[in-house]
Formats: sequence, structure tokens, C-alpha cells
Amino acid sequence: MAGPSTSAELAAELASRPGHTNLRSTLVRWLLIGISLSFLGALLAAPLFAVFATAISKGWAAYFQSFADPDTRAAIRLTLTTAAIVVPLNTVFGITAAWCIGKFEFKGKSFLITLIDLPLAVSPVVSGLIYVLLFGLNGWFGAWLQEHDISIVYALPGIVLATMFVTFPYVARELVPLMQQLGNDEEEAAITLGAGGWFTFFRVTLPRIRWGLVYCVILCNARAMGEFGAVSVVSGNIRGLTTTMPLHIEILYNEYNFVGAFAVASMLSMLAVVTLIIKTLVERSGYRRR
Amino acid sequence: MKGDYREPNVLPGFGITLGFTTFFLCAIVLLPLSALVLKAAGMDFARFIEVITSPRAVASYRLSFGAAMLAAGVNMVFGFAIAWTLTRYDFPGRKIIDAIIDMPFALPTAVSGIALTTVFAANGWIGQYLEPMGIKVAYTWLGITVALTLIGMPFVVRTVQPALAEVQRDLEDAAETLGAGRFYVFRRIIVPTVMPALLTGFTLAFARAVGEYGSVIFIAGNMPMKTEITPLLIVIRLEEFDYAGAAALGCVMLAISFVMLLAINLLQVWGRQRMTVRR
Repeated sequence: MAGPSTSAELAAELASRPGHTNLRSTLVRWLLIGISLSFLGALLAAPLFAVFATAISKGWAAYFQSFADPDTRAAIRLTLTTAAIVVPLNTVFGITAAWCIGKFEFKGKSFLITLIDLPLAVSPVVSGLIYVLLFGLNGWFGAWLQEHDISIVYALPGIVLATMFVTFPYVARELVPLMQQLGNDEEEAAITLGAGGWFTFFRVTLPRIRWGLVYCVILCNARAMGEFGAVSVVSGNIRGLTTTMPLHIEILYNEYNFVGAFAVASMLSMLAVVTLIIKTLVERSGYRRR
Repeated sequence: MKGDYREPNVLPGFGITLGFTTFFLCAIVLLPLSALVLKAAGMDFARFIEVITSPRAVASYRLSFGAAMLAAGVNMVFGFAIAWTLTRYDFPGRKIIDAIIDMPFALPTAVSGIALTTVFAANGWIGQYLEPMGIKVAYTWLGITVALTLIGMPFVVRTVQPALAEVQRDLEDAAETLGAGRFYVFRRIIVPTVMPALLTGFTLAFARAVGEYGSVIFIAGNMPMKTEITPLLIVIRLEEFDYAGAAALGCVMLAISFVMLLAINLLQVWGRQRMTVRR
């Protein structure tokens, strides 16, 4: 698109047009900015500040004290473990799917893309429910699992599976359009010149998709660490054992331990803020989201 | 290459990546989802209908649908205003505002749930001003709508923003040169151009809101028949070990998801067609 690209230029252009510097347009402009900012302030900024304000409402000592609680520490550990398993697996899946869908033309491709996107449309509670139906005591594999003394539901594997389901499409849906847009020319050149498949991927493809990869991996990680509904259904809420950070927040909150609940919430909020900062930096580096 | 289902390509790894993708997809997504459908299909049909049409279930659909619809509608209005503000105006802090739009994507739902409850409770920062006016937000359907508005907001803003940026300014200029008023330009040029994006954003926000659980249960009050959303009812059925009942309700939610997915795809096809005709 030709024409002004930054909003400053836009504003300048707008102001230079006849009929655009009148009082009414200025009023409309500030009214719209005011409406937008108050909407975001009430819905986004106020709750976010409330998290930190409540967390330190009894002083910094109480704030840090809440992280000394062994159950809270166990929850943090479980969340980190889950993310450490889920994010790499989904990244590998996403890259594989993007290579297959982005580099080749085959029948049923758009159907495959729809299936990969499916978890985004499914309610988190249903995402947890399906694993209970599959691996729970009365589920398909329930009896067999019990016979072999393997626990999936109400244990780490169930939490990992439910988190994986929820974050399943994140990497793939970012990388597929990116790889399609970049085209095959450079990879074809590399292969024709005698490079192997892995060499081509690591030396030609990976450097070109690295910003897109960072972008979707951090979003996948934020979602994996923060998932509540799906994990809540499969975890069984055994305190200190199968409670991730979001579930632990619920327990503390329902016990009216607001400082504790909001202290854990403040950690997850900081994770969200850091995620957004990295995301913005990636966008500044020239990466454009499609 | 007649009869071959893929076009020739010198790049390696098609078979293995397709195989891995399909296997992973089946193991993580398709197999568990089919377990849900088969569990519900294994039920007696009369019993299935009885479960999904019980008064408590119907009340929960009405709430989940109504609140999600209302929230998506509110987002359509305010999301458009925000997208407009961000693409057309420059003001201090615009870049920061643009960055925090995505906050609900990154913020865990449990966190937004307890935070919204704190702010909108009768003694909260905002709730204390609404309470004297007789508006109770926390623990009512209104609170549910607020939570669903928060999580749906970025979907609308992020779909409308690129569409607004694509509105051809020369068309607007031409219309104004020919004597069209600002409102006429808005109605005849801007609205038709962004309509597909606006509807897509609405559907995305609705689809996300209708199944939302984490941010709602804290602010909802969770009273059966009154402030109980469908996902919560599924959880309650599971806690009662009524797996079949949970699966039946889960199937209803899944069917809604499929319809929403179809609607989103159709809207995007429609939007693309409009754009190509236009140029």
C-alpha cells in the first residue's frame, strides 16, 4: 500500500486535508481515544494493578513469605516441569507440520490445517474431559493402566497431555503461513547444490524462520504455564502434588488466603508481561505477523 | 504423475513429516476427541436427550450463549473503536497500548478471573462506584459478561486492525472531494471494507467466550440455574463421577465448536472474495 506508513505521517496528512482540522473532528478524535483508553483501563489495567496491589497489601515480607510455602514451591516446580516437556514437543511438532504443509502441495492439505487448529475452538474443560474419558478409571484404557500400575489422570502425564492439547496449534499455525510465504527457492537451491536435508533445514530454513519461531514459542509457553480449565479437570487437585500454579491460585483464593493467591498470580502476570515485551521486541526486529 | 496425490518437489522429508504430523495429531487430538463422541454415542439415546435438555443444562446454555454473545457484541463496538484509535490517531503511549492489547492472550485465565473479581466486587476499585447505582457485577451474569469481554477483546481488535489499515485512503479522499460528509464516507466506504473482519472478530471472540472456564468461575458465583455456565456443569458432572453425563454435555460443546469453526472459515472465504472483487 502506498501512502503514509506511520501513524505520525497519517496524522500529519489528516491534519493537512481540508475540513479535517475543525473542532468537530478534534472532538471526535479525543472522544474515541478517551473511550478506548477507559475501556482498556477498566478491563485490563485495573485488574492487572489489582493483582500486584493485593499481593503486597500486607507488606513485602508477607509477599515473599508466601513463596516459602512448600505447596507453592511444588506448584511452581510442577508448572515449570510441564512447560519444559510440552513446549519442546509442540515446537518439534509445529516445525514438522510447517515443513510438510508449507513446503509441499498435496491433497487434503486444508483439511489437515483445520484439524490442527481444532484445539483452539474446543472449550478447555472439554480438552481435559477427553483425557479423563480415555485414561480415567472407567475410561478406554483405564482398567489396563490400573493393572500395570500406571497413573495418567490425576498425575503429571495427564497434566502434560491436557496442556499439550490446548497449546497444540500454537507453533504450527504461526510457522505454516511463514514457510508458505518464504517459498521453496532457497531450499531447492541448497538441495540441488548437494546439501542434505538436515543441513538445508538448519542452515537455510531455520535462520529465516527464527523470529517467527521465537514469537510462537513464547506464546505457547505462556499459554502452557497459565492453562487452567483443561488442567483443572485432569489434575484431581491434590495439593502440593498435582496442582500447577493456576490451580494453586484457585486453592489459595478459595481459602481466603488472598496475599498468597495474588502473590502466585503476580508471578504469572510478570510472565505475561515479559512474554508481551519479547513479542513486541520480535515485532520491532522486523517480524510481521500474518 | 497422474493419480499421485502430491505435486513433484525436490525437497526431502515429505513422507516422514506428514507421517509424524498425522501420528501426533491422531494421538493428541483425534483419538481423545473420538473417545468423547463414542462415550456419548454409547449412551441410551433417550437418556442422552434427557441429559442435554435437562432444565439445568438448558439454563446453562442460555447463560453461556447469552453472555458470550453480549460480550462479543460489546467487543465489536469497543474493539472497533480501539482498532480505529490505534490505526488512525497518534497519541502519547500509543505503542504501549498497542502492545498490551494482547495481554488477555498471555495472562492466565485464573489470574484475570481473580483480578476482575477483586476490581468489580462491591468493595473493589470499580465495583464501589457501581454498587450505589444498583449495578452488581461480581457474582452475577454481568460479571460473567465482563470476564468474557476481557478474553475476547484482542480477537476483535487484532482482526479489525489490519482491515482498517487496508481501507483505501484515496477512496475516502475522492468521496470527500465529491462532497460526501464524514459520516457518509464512514458508512459507505469504511464499514463495508472492514465488515468481514469485524464479523470474523465477533465469531472468534464468541467461540472463545462460549467455552471459557478459568476467568468466569471466580466472578460468576456459580449458582445452579442462575450463574452456572455449561463448562462448569461439565466439571460438576465429572466430580459426581457421572462420566456419561459429562460426555453428553461435552459433545454439545464440541458441536458448538465445530459450528463456530465452520462459520469462521466461511467468513474468511467471504472476506477474501469481497477483497478480490474490489481490486
